[in-house]
Amino acid sequence: MSAPQALDPDTARALLRQLLRIRRFEEQCAASYSAGAIRGFLHLYIGEEAVAAGLCAMLREEDAVFATYREHGHALARGVPMRGLMAEMYGKQEGCSGGRGGSMHLFDVGRRFFGGNAIVAGALPLAVGFALADLLQSRPHVTVCVFGEGAMAEGEFHEAANLAALWGLPVLFVCENNLYAMGTHLARSESETDLVAKAHSYRLAAASVDGMDVAAVREAAGAAVAHVRGGGGPFFLECRTYRFRAHSMFDPELYRDPGEVATWRTRDPIATFVARGDAAGWWNADDVTSLRTEADAEVADAVTHAEAGTWEPVATLTQDVYASPALGGRA
Amino acid sequence: MSETVRLTYREALREGLATALRRDARVFLLGEDVGRYGGSYAVSRSLLTEFGEARIRDTPLSESGFTGAGIGAAMNGMRPIVEIMTVNFSLLALDQIMNNAATLRHMSGGQVSVPVVIRLTTGGGRQLAAQHSHSLEGWYAHIPGLRILAPATVEDARGMLLAALAEPDPVLIFEHAMLFAVEADVPREAEPVAIAGAAVRRPGRDVSVITYGGLLPKALEAATQLAATGVECEVIDLRSLRPLDDATIMASVARTRRVVVVDEGWRSGSLSAEIITRVVEQRFYELDAPPARVCTEEVPIPYPKHLEDAALPQVDDIVAAVRGVMG
Repeated sequence: MSAPQALDPDTARALLRQLLRIRRFEEQCAASYSAGAIRGFLHLYIGEEAVAAGLCAMLREEDAVFATYREHGHALARGVPMRGLMAEMYGKQEGCSGGRGGSMHLFDVGRRFFGGNAIVAGALPLAVGFALADLLQSRPHVTVCVFGEGAMAEGEFHEAANLAALWGLPVLFVCENNLYAMGTHLARSESETDLVAKAHSYRLAAASVDGMDVAAVREAAGAAVAHVRGGGGPFFLECRTYRFRAHSMFDPELYRDPGEVATWRTRDPIATFVARGDAAGWWNADDVTSLRTEADAEVADAVTHAEAGTWEPVATLTQDVYASPALGGRA
Repeated sequence: MSETVRLTYREALREGLATALRRDARVFLLGEDVGRYGGSYAVSRSLLTEFGEARIRDTPLSESGFTGAGIGAAMNGMRPIVEIMTVNFSLLALDQIMNNAATLRHMSGGQVSVPVVIRLTTGGGRQLAAQHSHSLEGWYAHIPGLRILAPATVEDARGMLLAALAEPDPVLIFEHAMLFAVEADVPREAEPVAIAGAAVRRPGRDVSVITYGGLLPKALEAATQLAATGVECEVIDLRSLRPLDDATIMASVARTRRVVVVDEGWRSGSLSAEIITRVVEQRFYELDAPPARVCTEEVPIPYPKHLEDAALPQVDDIVAAVRGVMG
């Protein structure tokens, strides 16, 4: 990569704002889970916020995003309103997926956010087809597909990577390499741990970036998006990151050394970025406090909204199985 | 009388494809060897010349990848037709069909439509042994969110595809390998056919013989033989396996009071089990005999012809089952 570009204060503040919104949202989700208001699987993004914040900052409204079951941060950074997201966590019909999806299936088609896919690598072929449709209809859009490094052991990664490169599709593959597929370390699941080399084997243009550094992610994502939008074909961007919390709320974390977590925590994407901004004069302490207060208020408002939300009547249980309500779910 | 033309089932499938491609720029075909090779079953032969490589799209051997790509393209304004060479290979795409195509509308709270059509060759009968002879349409008919069609006639082979492309939901069309050479006179102009209902292919007063797809010709042959002995079968072609047309089935059973289901799936947990359950649930007190069924023996399909014939439902099996319910 070339020397990093300087950030202007407004851009830096916008990035910090997203980082803080995501962090606070996730902390609240953990609290609401412990209180029993959120159930099912809950996969928190704490530690990885810089990837979603830096990536989504470089997308246009008409670009599409496909994500995984650890997608709260991407939905927020993509502009899906926090109220709808929290209501979805609570299973209320005011949720962004009508309450039907929950944490792992956040959708907002208006913001071109297409889930929330809970099958590892399951969204990669979808993103390939979505991008193919743009190519066939001569639209200059980019389809972004986010997945973890665990997905790269799945056949669907290899099929999708091959198709995207073979057909020169406008798709950006973003691999969030947080080193663990649930509890299995990259070195214990891949014969080739150089993920960029794996991407190159399919003739994908590829790069790797420090996923703990939001400015670096933003810059790398910008270059990757420009490559794809400019007709250069697909691009693979590895973001080296780390999740600070357990895989899900059921994970006792037997597989990693607390010291390793502590080491990564010294690279907290928010703390390091705040410090950098302090030094660069992007903000003063009041600015940061004000952004934190804003994030707190937005989260509190989202919780109030979710708690006040309503349960879908059981009478409509079989709707949205087929387009025609008359068909219901019946066979 | 309108003008007709004589077509094989294979030619009808091709006419359906060509008509759809001509009428709607959003339609494209993708799958293994659909282009230069002309289709494993020669269904798409010559289409590449007329429509070009962008719309007759050869894919690598990546069933999950290209089926998922079809689903993704359908989410983004296209009307893709995915050809999976045979139902046997569709198991490699099952994640995409079941976890994505069938669920996206629901788990997005109705925001996402997946108007994809997936065509698959199904069935046994050609000595292709255990990995190329499955009849898994009954499995797929288990899945909410999918529509499952089984064209048994030349007209349905052509018209069901056109109708399926107008649907906002994923539609799987199972084309039986033993039907490709069947010929019939059909209207010259290709038009969509209604896909919601079953069809009575032969009216009869004594027994309802319910079948679909590749076994329809065998059921009709059995009915002809039985008619010669004074037993009149009403042969029902299900056409749609999900949703099932209960009304047509129950109306027929109410008339005949006897039912035989003929299904190429294995007996346990089969579509035949579902149909008979529904008949018993809805017409129990009107039945004059226990329902019967003719299914494939519960064995992977063997290679030698005499064993394969013994495994698959045959005309004699249907005749015997009908005689059984006649008492």
